[in-house]
Amino acid sequence: MDNLELLIVAPVFSMQLLIDGLLVGSIFALAAYGMALVWGVMNIINIAQGEFVILGGYVTFVLAQYGMHPVLAIPFSALTLYVLGLLVYRIVIVRIVDRDLFISILATFGISILLQQVMNQIFTADVQTVESGLGTWFLFDDMVTVNQVKVLACLIALVVGAVLMVFLKTSRTGQAIRATAQNARAARILGIDTDKVYATTYALNAAICGAAGSLVVMTWVIQPFIGLAYTVRSFMIVIIAGLGNVFGVVASGMMLGVTENFAGFLLGAEFQTAFIFSLLVVILVWRSWRLRRKRQVLR
Amino acid sequence: MIHRYIKWGVLIVLALGAPVLMPAIKTQLAMLMLMITFALTWDIMGGQMGYNSFGNIVFFGVGMYVTAVIQRDMFFTAEEYETMAGALGAIDGTDYLTGLVIGLAASIVVCVVLAAILGAGILKLRGHYFAICTLGLGIAAAEIAGGIDYIGAGSGLVTPTFPNEYLGDRGYFFYYYFLVLAVVAFLVLSWLYRGQFGLAINAIRDDEDKAEAMGIHTTRYKTMAWCISAFFLALAGGAMGNLVGFIDPSEVAFAGATYGVWMVLMAILGGKGTIWGPVIGAAVFHIMQELFWTYLFGWQRVALGALIIAIVVFFPEGIMGFVRARWPELLGHKVDHQTPESRIVP
Repeated sequence: MDNLELLIVAPVFSMQLLIDGLLVGSIFALAAYGMALVWGVMNIINIAQGEFVILGGYVTFVLAQYGMHPVLAIPFSALTLYVLGLLVYRIVIVRIVDRDLFISILATFGISILLQQVMNQIFTADVQTVESGLGTWFLFDDMVTVNQVKVLACLIALVVGAVLMVFLKTSRTGQAIRATAQNARAARILGIDTDKVYATTYALNAAICGAAGSLVVMTWVIQPFIGLAYTVRSFMIVIIAGLGNVFGVVASGMMLGVTENFAGFLLGAEFQTAFIFSLLVVILVWRSWRLRRKRQVLR
Repeated sequence: MIHRYIKWGVLIVLALGAPVLMPAIKTQLAMLMLMITFALTWDIMGGQMGYNSFGNIVFFGVGMYVTAVIQRDMFFTAEEYETMAGALGAIDGTDYLTGLVIGLAASIVVCVVLAAILGAGILKLRGHYFAICTLGLGIAAAEIAGGIDYIGAGSGLVTPTFPNEYLGDRGYFFYYYFLVLAVVAFLVLSWLYRGQFGLAINAIRDDEDKAEAMGIHTTRYKTMAWCISAFFLALAGGAMGNLVGFIDPSEVAFAGATYGVWMVLMAILGGKGTIWGPVIGAAVFHIMQELFWTYLFGWQRVALGALIIAIVVFFPEGIMGFVRARWPELLGHKVDHQTPESRIVP
């Protein structure tokens, strides 16, 4: 807690943490948006979410090795992950869509272990990042630094989110997805091919994660085994914001980014991961305690 | 009747004689017993009560650390421990056993109390929320243990060397320890499942709200079930630390990626919600793993992921479920062959 004094002496540092947190939080929100989509439409909690994010990062990393600018690589990451998502849906998810939730959790957990170990075999466990070649802004007499790449990533995340929202609202496929989310049986009766909708939804989620992963590798680092942290972050954001609440997702994503940055600074970097996972436990227990007083349970 | 006794006799002789017959793999056999304990204790919550936990490994790790820390602090000062890091020796048999017994007793107390405290908050969660919450709990525990210097932080903790000259070979010692643990766990659990406890937790699995409405103290039974898991896992963890000799926070103690997943997988493979299922699942999984794992050269964890998917998607009823559907008579179900659709009458 030595850093607490530093924050009190020089409050401008908290400005730094705040800005970094807000910017990185928008990427968390993007991944969480995908999770909420799959959860809402298919009633599946996708534990492999984080691995999709990291895999998207690796696609960008590989393309950057061949000299492509990481921002231009984002569509390729998304496309690769879209195909992978379709594949995973056809092989595994299609068989568990109507089964009970624990089976889907365990099966996607298996996918997550599989992907993370495959990445470990191919890319080794080294930490990787991609240079975007963008500069830094200095604010408040050079006390606060803002990486332009983080601002760019935040903007891209918000734009992707907005495009998705418009897509779901107006396009024919988007309407089918929303109809299936409301009532899959009724949608089937009205002639919507729900199997196709599920496949599209799952693949779309994977593509969103792929884009988020590209942003992660530009602004931060990736490593095969940190995927689960992204899954847990997405999950936390979704349970705080609720399903189908886009602004809630963005707000709680940014809140999580800020909280995490402050915690990492105050507790020390070695406890940052521990903080994320402990926060999950605390949030769940707190929410169920609040509901318990109204004689309800978290469903 | 005599048939039955022969069956049990063969099983007992096999269990007692296995390490003598196959001394080269006695540590593996000890691990097999540990795996059976894992699967059995997971099944209390996961199979019988319908609360699928990914976090039971927490009690295993806490038990391991508590035992090791007590053993360390009873016989060594901090400086001594620093200077001979990696090669703790010079404990005689009595001291070792005293340390181990006190350590295990303390770890039981700590783990059961911890289970009660955690349970008060976490066991109110239902279904998938519970599963994900416990998943977070397991990883948080590993990360926190990796940051505390008193228990060796990320570089791990060395347990006292086993005094071979006083207590004989440590492979035999721990094999029989884990054998007794697995057998006691099996007997205690099958006794519990037969009684009120079993009925209550099965009622919770089937419909928790109805069970509560019928007057079952669901929270009390849920906490009890978790405490029983914690009790056996504390005993398993404390001894496992001594068998391995070195405690790494995320690879040995809170090994969510290996033991934590395996215990779920073994119980499901065998057939959750039965008493023999976890035992069979653990045996099949462990033997399979020992036979094939070494030939996979680093791809074994990839194979583990594929195996989880395969078992969960294609074989969720497990071996016991398969046998029950195929040959119901074997498990004591009566089949009425007279009626057109032969229905299983329990």
